[in-house]
Amino acid sequence: MHLEDLAEKAAEYRAEEAAVRREVRVCVAASCQSSGSLPVLEALTNACGDGGGSCRVKGVGCMGLCSAGPLVAVADKDCGLADSVLYRDVTPADAPDILGSVCGAPVERLRCPTDQPFFARQQKIVLENSGIIDPDSFKGYVAVGGYAALVQALSEMTPADVLREVTASGLRGRGGGGYPTGLKWSTVAKTPGVQKYVICNADEGDPGAFMDRAVLESDPHRVLEGMAIAAYAIGANKAYVYVRAEYPLAVERLQTAIRKAKRAGFLGSKVADTQFSFEVEIRLGAGAFVCGEETALMASIEGLRGQPRPRPPYPAESGLWGCPTLINNVESFANIAPIIRNGGDWFAGIGTEKSKGTKVFALAGKIQNTGLIEVPMGTSLRDIIEIIGGGIPDGKAFKAVQTGGPSGGCIPEQHLDIAVDYDSLKTLGTMMGSGGMIVIDETSCMVDVARYFMEFCMTESCGKCIPCRAGTQQMHGLLDKIARGQGTHADLALLEELCEVVQATSLCGLGQTAPNPVLSTLRYFRDEYEEKLAGG
Amino acid sequence: MTQQQAKPPLPSDDKRWKLVNATMRRNGYADHALIETLHSVQDAFGFLDETALRFVAASLDQPLSKVYGVATFYHIFMLKPKGRHACVVCTGTACYIKGAGALLEGIQERHGINPGDTTEDDRLSVLTARCVGACGLAPAVVLDGNVLGKLAPDTLIAKLEALD
Repeated sequence: MHLEDLAEKAAEYRAEEAAVRREVRVCVAASCQSSGSLPVLEALTNACGDGGGSCRVKGVGCMGLCSAGPLVAVADKDCGLADSVLYRDVTPADAPDILGSVCGAPVERLRCPTDQPFFARQQKIVLENSGIIDPDSFKGYVAVGGYAALVQALSEMTPADVLREVTASGLRGRGGGGYPTGLKWSTVAKTPGVQKYVICNADEGDPGAFMDRAVLESDPHRVLEGMAIAAYAIGANKAYVYVRAEYPLAVERLQTAIRKAKRAGFLGSKVADTQFSFEVEIRLGAGAFVCGEETALMASIEGLRGQPRPRPPYPAESGLWGCPTLINNVESFANIAPIIRNGGDWFAGIGTEKSKGTKVFALAGKIQNTGLIEVPMGTSLRDIIEIIGGGIPDGKAFKAVQTGGPSGGCIPEQHLDIAVDYDSLKTLGTMMGSGGMIVIDETSCMVDVARYFMEFCMTESCGKCIPCRAGTQQMHGLLDKIARGQGTHADLALLEELCEVVQATSLCGLGQTAPNPVLSTLRYFRDEYEEKLAGG
Repeated sequence: MTQQQAKPPLPSDDKRWKLVNATMRRNGYADHALIETLHSVQDAFGFLDETALRFVAASLDQPLSKVYGVATFYHIFMLKPKGRHACVVCTGTACYIKGAGALLEGIQERHGINPGDTTEDDRLSVLTARCVGACGLAPAVVLDGNVLGKLAPDTLIAKLEALD
């Protein structure tokens, strides 16, 4: 298939929609569904009727502002409005009002202004289709330029060309480690092997992170397209998506996407009428945080207990069933299609010197606008929290923002002006992680927060290596003692020593980073620990 | 060359075993189908009992110890039956910060059960999850598969009371 053929198809699909003058988009991602968006979708669909073919109600993916759900956007093509009108907290009873509204006279009581910084300050690459297309529609994805990057790669580029663009883009792994994606791909491509695998890590285990879930629920074809391009570049023909079982809706949408892409010839044998074949299978996780670690994840796909093994050998040399394997995170794959379409240099023009492109963050905790945002790398934490996030609710004072999940740390007020990228966060003793940001206000005690994360790591430790298995247990015991006001100075000293030992001697990332929440809270909130020590 | 073992007979004429068998057949009875198979047992029966573990082990030609090891490693697999209703309280970071603890205490006070327990009349089981990804709606619970967000303890208790 040539690019022109696909472009023709896309134009055809868009023409089918030409009669639709008014599109009503209802968010049907998990968060809005929980707020009751399905009855809203039904009410709007009923009220719209067939609308003479000019009105269309459709379910779309995440629009970002989860706290205001269910969200509904109305796009009128005849209005000359630059943007759609967004409504918040919609109930089924609002359906007639929304459909009755005309250009320039939206339903003010439901209106959610889109010129507020939460929307205006974002730059969308990964989420560009999210909230606009129907995630279950193959045609909808092609109509907005979907699969053009795959066809371009297959028909006009060699695998080496693809590797060059991805390397030039400067994309770094979005799962948290920040390893250069181009380098990883090149290593797997160079490793000899008849059978190679691509794995998409969708085991988004960090509590407080839901970016990958939203991407899979909103634009699943985008992830599949990125995986197919990766497979072509490294010489693989088989892939797995490892998804958490806690995300049933994401699994369902992904299954639909795989089925439809296959039927259309973009997956399976002879993809887009070329010699390239590519099969994708879904593997369900079963609630083990450690399976986000790549070697543990592969063990789980092989049907074993999800326990990590020492590296090297890295998966690039010896991964799934001993074959060279490429593992990337959902968001990394979602960045690939635009990189191929627009070129690596375009992507490298966004972001900071060492961290390119945009990053999706999940804002949660004590913050006004909870939800998903995508901003260029290098945006300051203060902008993200105070301007985009709308600050702290209920007149409370900001205390810290936690990033990187149980492997990360807490950043206090005095460092909020830092420009967020992989390296700046590391200097603050935390990490990018997958992109969860949990805002903590003055009502939370940081020793409790540290104990919470240690309890998490203790329960999630797989038990294979002693430093992590026994160390997290001991650290949790000490933190608990201190939090209950019974700790001594000796306990605190022992805790710090244990942190160092566990960090230095654990087998995998879980244990190596388990002390981070303690170390970072000790670094910035030591007084809170000391206040709690028995006898001052 | 290893001789392909004869597949064991279904443990009973319960039709749900056919679903389990279908999963294994679809995966060619390969050893890596173990987790998928355990998922299908749990989907069909609600939990994994000894009969199921033995049946899966024999079908996939795996030692029972390995099957038991996998079943106990992953949090999602339950080795005892749940009550008629399951309330999964999310204890992710956002929910923790916003008061998941108070939800669990509320349930403890009213029903006298802790996470992992089931009420004596088998009406309600309380479980916890590491994060259900509904952080924007924290604190959240998953009640019989439906996510309920922005909950206060008394609203949750009222919802639990309203269950049959």
